[in-house]
Amino acid sequence: MNEHHLKLAEESLEKETTTINVGPTHPATHGVFQNIMEIDGERVLSTVPTIGYIHRAFEKIAERRPYYQITPLTDRLNYCSAPINNIGWHLTIEKLVGMEIPKRVQYLRVIIMELARIADHLVCNSVIGVDTGALTPFTYVFQWREKIYEIYEEICGSRLTTNIGRIGGFERNFTEAAWQKLHAFIEGFPAMLKEFEDLLDRNRIFMDRCIGAGPISAERALSYSFTGPNLRASGVDYDVRVHSPYSSYDEFEFEIPVGTTGDVYDRYLVRNKEMWESLGIIKQALVKVKDLDPSVYHAEAPDFYLPEKADVYSKMEALIYHFKIIMGETDLPAGEVYNAVEGANGELGYYLISDGGRSPYRLHFRRPCFIYYQAFPEIVSGGLLSDAIVALSSLNVIAGELDA
Amino acid sequence: MARPVQYNENKKVTFAPIPDGYQGEGFMATKFDKVIGLARANSLWPLPFATSCCGIEFMATMGANYDLARFGSERMGFTPRQCDMLLVAGTIAKKMAPILRQVYLQMAEPRWVIAIGACASSGGIFDSYSVLQGIDQVIPVDVYVPGCPPRPEGILDGILKLQEIVKNESLRRRHSDQYKGLLNEYGIQ
Amino acid sequence: MTNQEIKQLLSERFPELSEWEESYGMLTFRVPPDRNLEIANAIFHDEQLQFRFLTDITAVHYPDRVGEELCVVYHFHNLVDNVRIRMKTYVPVSQPDVFSLAPLFAGANWMERETYDFYGVNFIGHPNLTRILNVDEMDYFPMRKEYPMEDPTRRDKDDEMFGRG
Repeated sequence: MNEHHLKLAEESLEKETTTINVGPTHPATHGVFQNIMEIDGERVLSTVPTIGYIHRAFEKIAERRPYYQITPLTDRLNYCSAPINNIGWHLTIEKLVGMEIPKRVQYLRVIIMELARIADHLVCNSVIGVDTGALTPFTYVFQWREKIYEIYEEICGSRLTTNIGRIGGFERNFTEAAWQKLHAFIEGFPAMLKEFEDLLDRNRIFMDRCIGAGPISAERALSYSFTGPNLRASGVDYDVRVHSPYSSYDEFEFEIPVGTTGDVYDRYLVRNKEMWESLGIIKQALVKVKDLDPSVYHAEAPDFYLPEKADVYSKMEALIYHFKIIMGETDLPAGEVYNAVEGANGELGYYLISDGGRSPYRLHFRRPCFIYYQAFPEIVSGGLLSDAIVALSSLNVIAGELDA
Repeated sequence: MARPVQYNENKKVTFAPIPDGYQGEGFMATKFDKVIGLARANSLWPLPFATSCCGIEFMATMGANYDLARFGSERMGFTPRQCDMLLVAGTIAKKMAPILRQVYLQMAEPRWVIAIGACASSGGIFDSYSVLQGIDQVIPVDVYVPGCPPRPEGILDGILKLQEIVKNESLRRRHSDQYKGLLNEYGIQ
Repeated sequence: MTNQEIKQLLSERFPELSEWEESYGMLTFRVPPDRNLEIANAIFHDEQLQFRFLTDITAVHYPDRVGEELCVVYHFHNLVDNVRIRMKTYVPVSQPDVFSLAPLFAGANWMERETYDFYGVNFIGHPNLTRILNVDEMDYFPMRKEYPMEDPTRRDKDDEMFGRG
């Protein structure tokens, strides 16, 4: 890189700039990114990020996999909120084939997606705490994140990379234990979140570290194609759940929190507020689900929805459909579709080109992390090196999503 | 109001078993192998090399619910120089492989490696041009933990398995020709 | 603003736009490869169109379409009226030159680098068109259809492992 243009400020006490290398295995970077930083004392003059350290070729693999086998790939994009990725992918296929999804399934999906959003924001915000020296909130919230994982486990059997749901709905109905755990979570979580906020929100050290650190203006954020909480912290109220509602989000009442300065503190506050809103959405969904037929958990789409295993072993028709789906003999329409969901980090887009075959001709993921991490040099330059670390954790860059 | 202080008086504390040896009043004689193995096994300092999903599960393992500290491994060292146990959690891409090897080389003997999860063990579901098909292509591995990602219980089990290995390792193993031969296979002198 | 109005506005100003279609509600059109920046600039600054948010840049490889094998796809979003459009441009794989949108959108920088990394599309005017995800030493563009997905050095999938050797 051409670093020769970097000049020390007149008032600088340093004789020359220092080049330091942060990453790819640096403890302060949560994930594998490398930043070669040019610093003047403690002030960051420039940084050159290098990424690709866990590039796994998702898009190439997706071209060779049948549609239902791509769900596990999407798990591993943003693994802190895997269910949103899974359901986003299923919504894309459903949009392609024009499938009608029963209301109850849509509400159940909303519940799962909002739980995932809470889990993701919990990790991000508590890690900002860790980076500013507060380890206690981290250990608190991880207990509650475990409770979310237990709910996932009741529904799909897995914790982190959930592979939740199928094209057309869920693979099984929510069990009684799942409902109980969900209700217990709704009841207990607000007290924890309140305590978490009490620990950090007005904490002098935390505020001093976060306010004014790593800011980005709304214009620059838009120019960098920011979406999600990071854009909202700059003051733009763009949210895919409202702008292009999917899965019946238009029936829910919720607020889109926005910040003003786009600094670390605003991003933290926006995420915290979003957790409250998510909790509200889940409560509304629970009410809506009550009135609906509790036996419905998937769409009537035998061409795409994998039949239950017990039926496959005992019923001829189910066996035939199972065979057809697994062997890729169902016809998908050719066409191209772009579908976006509000991932925990922003607009998670799926650009799918189908040529009618059993796997996509081309599948491109619009990965919010990848797109906004390029603003990192601009966000941190001029600030302190320690601010760069909190700025990185407040952006919530997930390496899996960054590197595809 | 002062917060009530709680002590874990009612909690059962387990001690590591005394190794075989000759005991009498006020003394005990045993082999260095056993004593050092015991000490090493119960104070393994982990170096988390967390790249992706498995790293998040490793965070859960360290967290309050699963509490890796119970097994003497609470001291995360983020410098390879001080650590004994390299935990490779997550996919290692080919771009990352030289760095992983570098970290391994920087660790002092004796060093042990756990490959956490399918990706670190074999490449996992990522059978692609950019992913290293198992870290054992670049560094020797002691314990493989299956799962994509493994549950925290699985990771704990892997660490307990490694403790067994460490406990029973001969002090001379690292100087043996067999061990040197193993490292030579990886091009490590 | 409806797709019909956008189409009308655009085709009046730029008669060379072609292949209009509406797939799943999104208006799609094709631009000549040497005009992509100009048209993106025009729809950015137009008072009515206001496509000022770049959602995504990617490419698709069609080996069978001789002379226009690579298709660069742009997604734009008008956040005021909440409309999305898709712009495509086709380039031959032998000379995949299009103009970079980096002067217009700061976010185009890495999206174009990724597209270059995967498909080798040459974005003219890009400030730093180098590989981003793959290793620098890589000498091919892995997402093109002719390259295999698998790791070519992998030996445990050889036939002899399955008794077919």
